[in-house]
Amino acid sequence: MRQEPFIKAEQLSYRYEEEEGGSPVLHDLSLEIQEGEFVAVLGHNGSGKSTLAKLLNMILIPTRGKLFVAGKDLTDENMTEEELLALRKNIGMVFQNPDNQLVATIVEDDVAFGPENLGVAPEEIRERVNRVLGEVGMLEYAKHEPHRLSGGQKQRIAIAGILAMLPNCIVFDESTAMLDPVGRREVMDAILRLNREKHITIVMITHYMEEAALADRIIVLDEGHVILDGTPSYVFEQEALLKSCGLNIPQCTELIHRLREAGISLPGDCVSPEQCAEMILQSLNLSK
Amino acid sequence: MKSIALGQYYPAQSILHRTDPRMKIILTVLYIVCSFLSKNILSFGLLLLSSLLLVAAGRIPLKIVLRGLRPVLIVLAFTAILNIFWTKGDHLLFGWQFVQIYAEGLYAAVFMMIRITTLIIGTSMLLTYTTTPIALTDALEDLLSPLKKLHVPVHEFAMMMTIALRFIPLLVEETDKIMTAQKARGVDFSTGSLMDRAKALIPVLIPLFVSAFNRAGDLATAMECRCYHGGEGRTRMHVLKLRGADFIPFILVVALGGALVALNLAGIGYTMK
Repeated sequence: MRQEPFIKAEQLSYRYEEEEGGSPVLHDLSLEIQEGEFVAVLGHNGSGKSTLAKLLNMILIPTRGKLFVAGKDLTDENMTEEELLALRKNIGMVFQNPDNQLVATIVEDDVAFGPENLGVAPEEIRERVNRVLGEVGMLEYAKHEPHRLSGGQKQRIAIAGILAMLPNCIVFDESTAMLDPVGRREVMDAILRLNREKHITIVMITHYMEEAALADRIIVLDEGHVILDGTPSYVFEQEALLKSCGLNIPQCTELIHRLREAGISLPGDCVSPEQCAEMILQSLNLSK
Repeated sequence: MKSIALGQYYPAQSILHRTDPRMKIILTVLYIVCSFLSKNILSFGLLLLSSLLLVAAGRIPLKIVLRGLRPVLIVLAFTAILNIFWTKGDHLLFGWQFVQIYAEGLYAAVFMMIRITTLIIGTSMLLTYTTTPIALTDALEDLLSPLKKLHVPVHEFAMMMTIALRFIPLLVEETDKIMTAQKARGVDFSTGSLMDRAKALIPVLIPLFVSAFNRAGDLATAMECRCYHGGEGRTRMHVLKLRGADFIPFILVVALGGALVALNLAGIGYTMK
């Protein structure tokens, strides 16, 4: 029996009001995301990927089409305040700039912000804050001031703040874009752990191919609709299509493609530098 | 710029640091009343002694407290001079043409200086040095919460304070960055007339405002995503609880007030009206 998808969009369209007459940011976008999946959404600037994220927890309301999250119809106009809060509790969102999403002056107070809004009892908030700070490896910074932390640390605090609401799904809207390579790795590790160990559904909006390669599935958006949807190795095979919408494939995949074009036989899929090295090594051993 | 300190909070382990911030706000008000209760040399002496005891109770080096008084030195000097030359009394000490100094004037000058000094030491020891800005905000929200019945947006004010405290270091850092960027393009902030220097700040203020508004928009979205919907139905992780020990300083300050009034009755020396 097939499970009901966690997120389901049908013919979804969105147009920003101030741009009457202009083309919609999203049009006729349909997709399904299953519970527990790790999906990367790729697309160049203006492809509508951030708009899609904001539709998922009703920061924006679709202009046309249907959107279901956990069986709830988000286009239902009779939605109550409680249902809206339940949705936002269920789908957490981590944004790009870590500084602009932390509210409190002390790390643990910030993590407590979400559960406080939800009216959770004080003892339970305390327990949750300690647990989620441990999960993102920031427990020792509980009493620190956020503005003294590094970008990667701040972003992990933001993730902890979302986790404290006990969501089923977390949307990352280019959450690594403003970080240095070290911070990026810290945040990616945390994301992968959440998906593998806690089975939280992850929707990761990004334009880093290397990060998208870590997902179970990649959805490529261009001009407001889905042009590619599949596993990373499938998506990266479509080099020409990706390049036509302004995206590049990971360097390691491109290297394998070029070697194949040069007539070297390299069987298998390649989405990570490790796989690439492995494949080249095997081919060298064979030709000896 | 990263080392910017908010307020004057001085971290230490002391009775005053541990006291409930709401109690400290009440104590501050009471202490201000006490400083106005003093009338004669005995009660002013006790007042001065009490402020020194406060410094000891807060475990803050006297040097730091005195440094905090530096900005009011001019006010102190001005008050002293005014009182010395303008207070008329019965005991003329020195007279030359229109300059007349009375013993009462000297007393009044000393008393006023003690009053201002203790006022500042008292409020800073009870509040700014020993309470974090955020604890202060929480305490104010709690103390003013009865006003919610009158539709005063107490929670919203406290939230605004918290966010302001959070963003001050960020905006300071950003100002620094923008100024450096403008300097690199040849803007001169340090020479020229006052008008020129004020004008040179315009290219700093405009980008700063634009970025502050962008940040505000982002933060509002992030807060909505974290289920913020005003103070209604909101709980707190830190619940302020009055302990028995919090009443000890309260009793002491009330006793101080009583003692000051009693000492005023002793008719020694000059008594302020």
